[in-house]
Amino acid sequence: MKPRSEFKNYQHEQYHFRIRLGVAAIVVLLCFGILASRFFFLQMARYEHYQTLAENNRISLVPIVPNRGLILDRNGVLLAHNFFVYTLEITPAKVNDVEETINDIGRLVEVSSLDRKRFKKLRAQSHNFESVPLRTHLNEAEAARFAVNRYRFPGVDIKSRLFRHYPQGKMGSHLIGYIGRINDNDLASLEKSGDLSNYKGSDHIGKGGLEQYYERNLHGTTGFQQVEIDADGHAVRVLSSTAPVPGDNLILSVDSTLQSIAEEAFGDRRGALVAINPSNGEILAYVSQPTFDPNLFVDGIDSENWKALNESLDKPLINRPIRGIYPPGSTFKPFVAMAGLEAEKRAPPFSISDPGVFVLPGSSHRYRDWKPGGHGQVDMQHAITVSCDTFFYGLAMDLGIDKLTSFVSHFGFGKKSGLDIRGEIGGLLPTPEWKMRRFSQKWYPGETVITGIGQGYTLVTPLQLAQATAILANNGVTMRPHLVASIQEASSGISRPVPIVSTDKISLRPENMALVKQGMIDVTMPGGTAASVGAGSTYTIAAKTGTAQVIGIKQNEKYNESEVNERHRDHALFIAYAPAEAPKIALAVIVENGGHGGSVAGPIARKVMDYYLLGKTPTPPIPVVPAVTPEAGVPQDLTPIVTEDEEPHD
Amino acid sequence: MIKILIRHLVKHIDSFLLGCLLFAMLIGLFVLYSASGESLERVSSQFINILVALAAMWIATNIPPQHLERIALPLYILGLLLLLGVALFGEISHGARRWLHLGVARIQPSELMKIAVPMLLAWYFSKREASLRLSDYAIGTILLLLPVGFILKQPDLGTSLLIAASGFYVLYLAGLSWRLLLGASALMGGLTPILWSLLHDYQRKRIEILFDPSQDPLGAGYHTIQASIALGSGGIAGKGWLNGTQTQLDFLPERTTDFIFAVFSEEFGLLGNLLLLLLFSLITGRGLIIAAQAQNTFCRLLAGSITLTFFTYVFVNIGMVSGILPVVGVPLPLISYGGTSLVTLMLGFGILMSIQTHKKLVAA
Repeated sequence: MKPRSEFKNYQHEQYHFRIRLGVAAIVVLLCFGILASRFFFLQMARYEHYQTLAENNRISLVPIVPNRGLILDRNGVLLAHNFFVYTLEITPAKVNDVEETINDIGRLVEVSSLDRKRFKKLRAQSHNFESVPLRTHLNEAEAARFAVNRYRFPGVDIKSRLFRHYPQGKMGSHLIGYIGRINDNDLASLEKSGDLSNYKGSDHIGKGGLEQYYERNLHGTTGFQQVEIDADGHAVRVLSSTAPVPGDNLILSVDSTLQSIAEEAFGDRRGALVAINPSNGEILAYVSQPTFDPNLFVDGIDSENWKALNESLDKPLINRPIRGIYPPGSTFKPFVAMAGLEAEKRAPPFSISDPGVFVLPGSSHRYRDWKPGGHGQVDMQHAITVSCDTFFYGLAMDLGIDKLTSFVSHFGFGKKSGLDIRGEIGGLLPTPEWKMRRFSQKWYPGETVITGIGQGYTLVTPLQLAQATAILANNGVTMRPHLVASIQEASSGISRPVPIVSTDKISLRPENMALVKQGMIDVTMPGGTAASVGAGSTYTIAAKTGTAQVIGIKQNEKYNESEVNERHRDHALFIAYAPAEAPKIALAVIVENGGHGGSVAGPIARKVMDYYLLGKTPTPPIPVVPAVTPEAGVPQDLTPIVTEDEEPHD
Repeated sequence: MIKILIRHLVKHIDSFLLGCLLFAMLIGLFVLYSASGESLERVSSQFINILVALAAMWIATNIPPQHLERIALPLYILGLLLLLGVALFGEISHGARRWLHLGVARIQPSELMKIAVPMLLAWYFSKREASLRLSDYAIGTILLLLPVGFILKQPDLGTSLLIAASGFYVLYLAGLSWRLLLGASALMGGLTPILWSLLHDYQRKRIEILFDPSQDPLGAGYHTIQASIALGSGGIAGKGWLNGTQTQLDFLPERTTDFIFAVFSEEFGLLGNLLLLLLFSLITGRGLIIAAQAQNTFCRLLAGSITLTFFTYVFVNIGMVSGILPVVGVPLPLISYGGTSLVTLMLGFGILMSIQTHKKLVAA
């Protein structure tokens, strides 16, 4: 190669090279320009947006679940409370093989097949990333044993949770109700009512009885902690915190000793009892037999227990006082009598000579009296005392169905009482219009006749019957029945009494009232249908017995108690109030398939009244329940390893 | 006497370039301290990396470009053999086969190729300088794609991309015709669907999610989203050193390595970003000047390629962190934690300095 050409070439080469380098430099500047403009976009134009995102990343609101309010009886006996228990919980999303993990855990801590079943059920109901309890009520040794081996079980945690406990077990379960895990329906209704945010962190909600009705009071207000969290969601430090407001305590008007005396008095029988203070509507006892143990529901009930409760012929889950509907039978008579007197149809000295049957003009149907051959000469007062059917057949006919039902509706029949438990049934007071609507049939006079003795279409709940008795005892003034006497703010201890509300008043003439009441007093006197109930009593009892047919009896057939299947026997009813001169307690008792009211339901009522009015406990004495009876094996004084507001770090 | 020794030691150092590099690496140490959760251990380990890299650079500055020209081909062949070794006996870590155990040490042959590929191509084109034909560019392309293919197979998308870029810069600076360039771009456009089908699923996913990070906010899009949040929330002045919430609370993934720029950006804000960008521009600019002043074709092509490859590093990394480029595993040069790539990088800058400072000797 010639030097000259090389030189020329060199010059040429370098020139071209520099142009290309210059183009590259422009590209470099262009690219850096793009980066710079991207910085301007992100860090100036969109700064606020990303600032918010960063804050949201960083700050998390951790709910602090408030303590649920206690439920106490009128004397301060605990009916529902909370305590800390260790639970072993699995977050399925964080565990590879849940079955295998449970087996491994089972080597450290006892896991029963019941626990497994419950876990399975709860798991099916919850999201995969929610922690689901496997074992509850771990004792200290078990908790410690697991804590040591915890590193082997990612996704499994010991938590200390507040658990609801019903120390009285089966007692009063229908009125107390229970709490259960929040399900999709609960979530939907919480969302509807706008309470959902208050339930962040809460697992349980009232599912029945007072626990449900007073959910808003009992739950309290959820507190929040603003926590700085890292990318794994672990709390790094607390930025601010709002303390939760614990739920209100409920102080009931129910007396738990009275309640347990009443429940014991039923023995194995099915039925209901409601006792009311007539002057203010306070419920003193609220029995639904058989009962169940609400503690079963707190963790989520296992299928065996659920099956046993749900499929039992005795129907223990039915809240009989408000959802059990029965024909009132003869307990209806005092109210029909009041109607007749106020309508001036049967004012004394009116009386009939009772032949033992009643026949409608132009009909061959014979309406029989319960007593073959009749009661002889009977006036209104005596008709109540001896429960003369014939007298009331005629009276009902004279009154007519419309007058009869519209009058007795003032005693609360046919409508809800407004008790502070959800699910109340209004019962039924039949009218021709109702029958036309319901069956598209006209009303027959015979149906009026049997309404006079509380048979036919008429249906009442035990609560309605007790309430009607209380209204009668209270001279026609209706007090709204309620179970909760006062609501106590947990932090300050200040109690607000539940207002006593009068919802209806029917003016009754004093002489008519005196007559009906005297008729009822005589019921418990020698010669009355419940003479045995009043025997030996130091106070006067006004009462009425009743028997409600479960199956129809054909004309010419005789009802024979011993021949009828136990579950087809008549229901025994009994209403009473005492002391008759100044009533402090009014009650209604229904014993399903109990036969005659005076002999089966009456003694139960007597035991309740004896305790309430005299402080007399039945023999053999029923032990008075201690203030707290914790479940055996429940740790009482455990300082929790972790608390809800302090999530474990790993 | 000492003065003479020192003068001899720094004889081949380009002080402006070194100043910029040291400043950038110092920033890197501070950011690393924050990103590592104030781990002095991590910082001192990186400090040692820097010392090793500086030593490598110093050695490179003292190798005259003529020697480099001579070892270009053997180095390339060695590199290819090692890559073959990796493909056959390489160690798998994190799902990729990148390392080769050589009894005493573990080496990453792809790093070697970052230097060897531009050297070889610069050597080839300087040899063919007088009689360049189209076929030379074809041969150059083949020489380039051979190692790139190996590395792409490892798989290491980031490195193969950068080596491809470094080779492409040589071809471009050697005078690849503009017409051909445009034609090749058009061809690339046409080949995109085919290339797409050759990509690994995770690579495709990364590209898809680039365009819509919200597609997978907790998975593949998480990196991009969290990095954007870090940048954006840094604002103009930044949250302050050690005060970046995205960084300190672990929201940023890979924050000491590929995503370290997000840490810097969150804590030092827009002003910090612009300063760093200026620093990178100065380094690139100095490199381009060295290339422009270089005395022969080999030096020109090599210096240009090294400089533009450095720029590519910066652009791809920052582009990926700020969400305008797909997430490919490329560290931020001089700042990211890691020894191997830093040593390679500083070797490159050593070569640049050598090209700049040996010039006069050649001329004399």
